[in-house]
Amino acid sequence: MAQTPPSTPNFLLRLWRNEGSRGVIIQIVTMVVLFALIAAIARNVVVNLAEVGKEFSFGFLVWPAAYDIGFSPFIEYTNQSTHLRAAVVGLLNTLLVAVCGCVLASVLGFALGIMRLSSNWLVSKISYVFVEFVRNVPVLIHILAIYSLVVTLLPPAKKAIDVGAGAFFLSNRGFYTPSPVFEPGAGLVGIAIILAIVIAVVFRRWAKRVQDQTGKAYPVFWISAAIIIALPGIAFLAAGMPLSWDIPALKGFNFKGGMAIKPEFLALCLALSYYTACFISEIVRAGILAISRGQSEAAHALGLQNNRTLQLIVIPQALRVIVPPLCSQYLNLTKNSSLAIAIGYMDITATIGGISLMQTGKEMETMIIVMGVYLVISLIISSFMNWFNQRIKLTER
Amino acid sequence: MAQNQAKQAYAAGAHPDLPPPVRTTGPVGWIRANLLSSPLNITLTLLSAWLLWSIVPPVLNWALFDAIWSATDRKDCWAQMDEPRAGACWAFIRGSFRLFIYGWYPEPERWRVNVAFVLLLLAIVGVLRDNLPGKKYWLWFAVAFPFIGAWLIVGGFGLTPVGTQKLGGILLTVIIGVTGITFSLPLGIALALGRRSKLPALRAVCVIFIEFIRGVPLITLLFVASTMLTYFLPPGSTFDLLMRVLIMVTLFSAAYIAEVVRGGLQGLSSGQYEAADSLGLTYWKAHRLIILPQALKISIPGIVNTFIGLYKDSVLVLIIGMMDILGLGRARLNDPDWLGLAPELYLFIALFFFLCCFSMARYSLSLEKKLETGHAQ
Repeated sequence: MAQTPPSTPNFLLRLWRNEGSRGVIIQIVTMVVLFALIAAIARNVVVNLAEVGKEFSFGFLVWPAAYDIGFSPFIEYTNQSTHLRAAVVGLLNTLLVAVCGCVLASVLGFALGIMRLSSNWLVSKISYVFVEFVRNVPVLIHILAIYSLVVTLLPPAKKAIDVGAGAFFLSNRGFYTPSPVFEPGAGLVGIAIILAIVIAVVFRRWAKRVQDQTGKAYPVFWISAAIIIALPGIAFLAAGMPLSWDIPALKGFNFKGGMAIKPEFLALCLALSYYTACFISEIVRAGILAISRGQSEAAHALGLQNNRTLQLIVIPQALRVIVPPLCSQYLNLTKNSSLAIAIGYMDITATIGGISLMQTGKEMETMIIVMGVYLVISLIISSFMNWFNQRIKLTER
Repeated sequence: MAQNQAKQAYAAGAHPDLPPPVRTTGPVGWIRANLLSSPLNITLTLLSAWLLWSIVPPVLNWALFDAIWSATDRKDCWAQMDEPRAGACWAFIRGSFRLFIYGWYPEPERWRVNVAFVLLLLAIVGVLRDNLPGKKYWLWFAVAFPFIGAWLIVGGFGLTPVGTQKLGGILLTVIIGVTGITFSLPLGIALALGRRSKLPALRAVCVIFIEFIRGVPLITLLFVASTMLTYFLPPGSTFDLLMRVLIMVTLFSAAYIAEVVRGGLQGLSSGQYEAADSLGLTYWKAHRLIILPQALKISIPGIVNTFIGLYKDSVLVLIIGMMDILGLGRARLNDPDWLGLAPELYLFIALFFFLCCFSMARYSLSLEKKLETGHAQ
């Protein structure tokens, strides 16, 4: 039988047929194409910028911003401040609405999720209808609708609704609450609070060690609660009650004094939190359903009471399922807070990515800043999630 | 004693079945079990009933019973009610309904939009129904539909061209949704495969792209599309705004789809890959015949969720000044005749999105159930 001589394809074809060298070729080609693309874009940017007479620099950040920001609860800001300061105000506002939204969304989401699992038919159905309606409607519509409700349905400041004890007022200019005024000596109370928390943590550790060694259990929760309430309380009395309240009062057309929660913030925070809560409720429901009944039955068989079962067996396992998607919901909420621009709440997108962009014409620079900020926030939240996942994994056998 | 005597009247085992106690079956039993089983449950039931009673009747009164369906303007609307603003003024929505659907699409050409909508429905049915005759051709039609639809709507090749700035309302919303959905799926699958590739450079590019897109809000990408993208192009060239937005929306949802598909790929056991390798299949054949069909099947719920998200996110284009249904509606709110009818408008748009998204979600749920039984041993 005549053996056909092995075909000798040319060198390039052999390179292509070898898996290792083919990989290298594909990667080289990808990188070359990618860098060519980036280079072309960079060249276009340079040419285009030169054509309209702009230069790429972040120097505009120190120019005066010349626009007002109505809501800057943390740092001083006037329209003479720089664009950089406007960006910082925006960032703080974003973080404020994100944190408030996440807390509210978690509380509401857990409540809705537990309601959905309730054995009470009516409660479960109310939760179901609410969740399905809310989460199938874009969040922007929720934000705009809530904002328009707040602005049109609430009375003007002169006819503000007194919602509590002549100190809390609701009007279309916002929600007015008394603000605390700290007098000298308040620092002592602050120190006492920190001290109380430290003592409680130390006590908790000690109690756990004692229980591990001897089996003797202390009512850790009640004792810690007592420490955390009593110590600052005593300090407060000892310092001569260094706290008074600045109560809002109607002067002319608006309220003076107290703390004002702007309608924009109110609407954004509410809409974002109940929208996200609907997603969280599904996550919570799935997490609790994921724990098989045998787990709590086993705990009962070991003689654990209901609340100890929940605390030691069900919740730790459910959290393992709940936390990763919960974190990505927090991330979504933070990113959705950029919709603030639609109702004029001055977050980072609306300040530096909105008005500063329009005023200075620095599209590239401002967008780089805004995207960079969101990327950093995302990275922080997702690295927290990874850390938490690792920690939770360790408790597994 | 009396009971014993009654029992003895029957032979052993011949006692006829008694009806179950009336309190444990039927509506009474259901109510006792589901609404009144414990003091806590009774309280919850009462609270919920009170909540419903205080919300549902007023809302129904406002939206249906006291609502006005035809009027010339808001003053006329309110004059027809017992007291102004007691009910909804749906005349506002009715009057602008055609605008909400077609945007400013030229009147004589609107049949093209209607044809496109009908073809879209056919394409959807073709993809979703399993037992259609000639399923393969339906699928080909669904793949071709975005191009046919684009031709019908934008014109050219024998049809009068219509500028994209004339598109608006539900038409625009659907265009963004359909384009995003059709093009982000293949792109997302490619990104997912790239992210799981053995080639480090390819993997790095995909990871950076996916994580960047997922880390920033869509609205910033839309800002980039509307303000910055022209700087990236060769000098002098312009690029339609709608096109730029469509590209951004597609890239955005492709990154999310990539993560969903990656989840599906990771869910497959390595035995599947090894089996494909041992059969001597090439990378592409293995993925086309063995890996992707299974991975995509697992990730269908996640993919549909991403599509729902994309469809809902399409309203964000209003922030860069495009007139989708929400943008048009808000523009109509500024009409002096219809000032201050925001609740009606938002409720209408919310219901529109609810219908679209809820049906997608239900479909995904039913698909999930169908696939689940397929996996059961």
